[in-house]
Amino acid sequence: MCLALPVKVKELLPDNMAKVTLDGVSKVISIALVDDVRPGDYVVLHVGYALAKIDPEEAARTLALIREATVGGTA
Amino acid sequence: MKYVDEYRDARLANDIARQIATAVNPARSYHFMEFCGGHTHAISRYGLADLLPSNVWMIHGPGCPVCVLPIGRIDAAIALAMRREITLCTYGDLMRVPCSNGSSLLKAKAAGADIRMIYSTLDSLSIAETEPDREVVFFAIGFETTTPPTALALRFAIAKGLRNFSIFSNHVRTPAAIQNIVESPDVGKPGAVKIDGFIGPAHVSTVIGTEPYDFIAEKFKKPVVVAGFEPLDIMHAVLLLVRQVNDGLHQVGNQYIRAVTTFGNEKAQSEIANFFELRESFEWRGLGEVPYGALRLRPQYGEYDAEKRFGMVTPAAQDNPACECAAILRGMKKPADCKLFGKVCTPDTPMGSCMVSSEGACAAHWIYGRFRGQVKADESSRIVR
Repeated sequence: MCLALPVKVKELLPDNMAKVTLDGVSKVISIALVDDVRPGDYVVLHVGYALAKIDPEEAARTLALIREATVGGTA
Repeated sequence: MKYVDEYRDARLANDIARQIATAVNPARSYHFMEFCGGHTHAISRYGLADLLPSNVWMIHGPGCPVCVLPIGRIDAAIALAMRREITLCTYGDLMRVPCSNGSSLLKAKAAGADIRMIYSTLDSLSIAETEPDREVVFFAIGFETTTPPTALALRFAIAKGLRNFSIFSNHVRTPAAIQNIVESPDVGKPGAVKIDGFIGPAHVSTVIGTEPYDFIAEKFKKPVVVAGFEPLDIMHAVLLLVRQVNDGLHQVGNQYIRAVTTFGNEKAQSEIANFFELRESFEWRGLGEVPYGALRLRPQYGEYDAEKRFGMVTPAAQDNPACECAAILRGMKKPADCKLFGKVCTPDTPMGSCMVSSEGACAAHWIYGRFRGQVKADESSRIVR
């Protein structure tokens, strides 16, 4: 139940619903809790609802921070 | 899978492990509680404990809503489901949790109760819509991640004029539970559980943000790093915690900046606030009565509150006296310390909720960790030969 996964939004549907995919598996979910969702966005999916959008820049920054932390030592 | 696979890079995980090993002070030990069962599961699944220096300890916390639900609440749900007119809907995790008299929701279903496993609250609404003659009760459970979907289900039910839908609320709150742990007499006493910092669950913080942990950091002087559930996220969080401890800091950090903000999802929070209010006290398995640890429906939605609508009572129920779930949930014992573990208690024949829930510490240890000690012993005997 607690598992939440990043999924890609394929298509917006009426009533704040959207079709999403994860590795080829499609599902219709509610996007009522998140504003400004567009096709191509990634959202955190949990029990049939999107809880948040994933920010691609911050996602890249996390990986950069991890690399910095490991390569740069005390960075 | 995008935003998943790149955070499972084994080489980078080893790099972080080396960095942690360099950062730790060999003269002291570090004890970090991962609050959420999702983290517990990932730590076991990816063998992260083996990557950490021997003086860094991960303590499993009570962050599995199935594990902390007292069995009296399931007994009450079963009693309700046995009524002819009731259809009880719930998430699959709860179905096999053992409760009083050797029963469970699954056994009650086999005995004829109309209990249905659903994926989303939207499924329970569909059932209420298509079967207007049934009284559909959603057995709601979970932390702040599942609460907004329950609130929205209620919003939709009201909008659609569904009169045959109600909610049995067992929603619980993460910050209250962490506060309960740091205030517990079990923490900090000599020989008792020691906690130098917390890893907070990222998915909860997509909803509540990082701000609700500020008081933990300030009042109890414990650093908190909100982290994602992939191995790199968790290792990164440990490194950030080690550095805070070394520097004598106790701040709230955000490792999951890709989806977590300081104030979280305010739309989701306002849905929770619209429909739910704090319970002054709610019993958690392992923690006892937690003040303001849970939510109930606001009085104006009383007709949708299954507890009121059907006069539900929560019977006092005893856990199996040999089951150590309660101590394991508080970080006092490890799964292998339980006499039942791996003998009568396995995922196929669970005696306690920590073994039932896939996020439970016992299930994680059974699936991924139970031969670790043995493998290490075998390796050392090979070296001797």
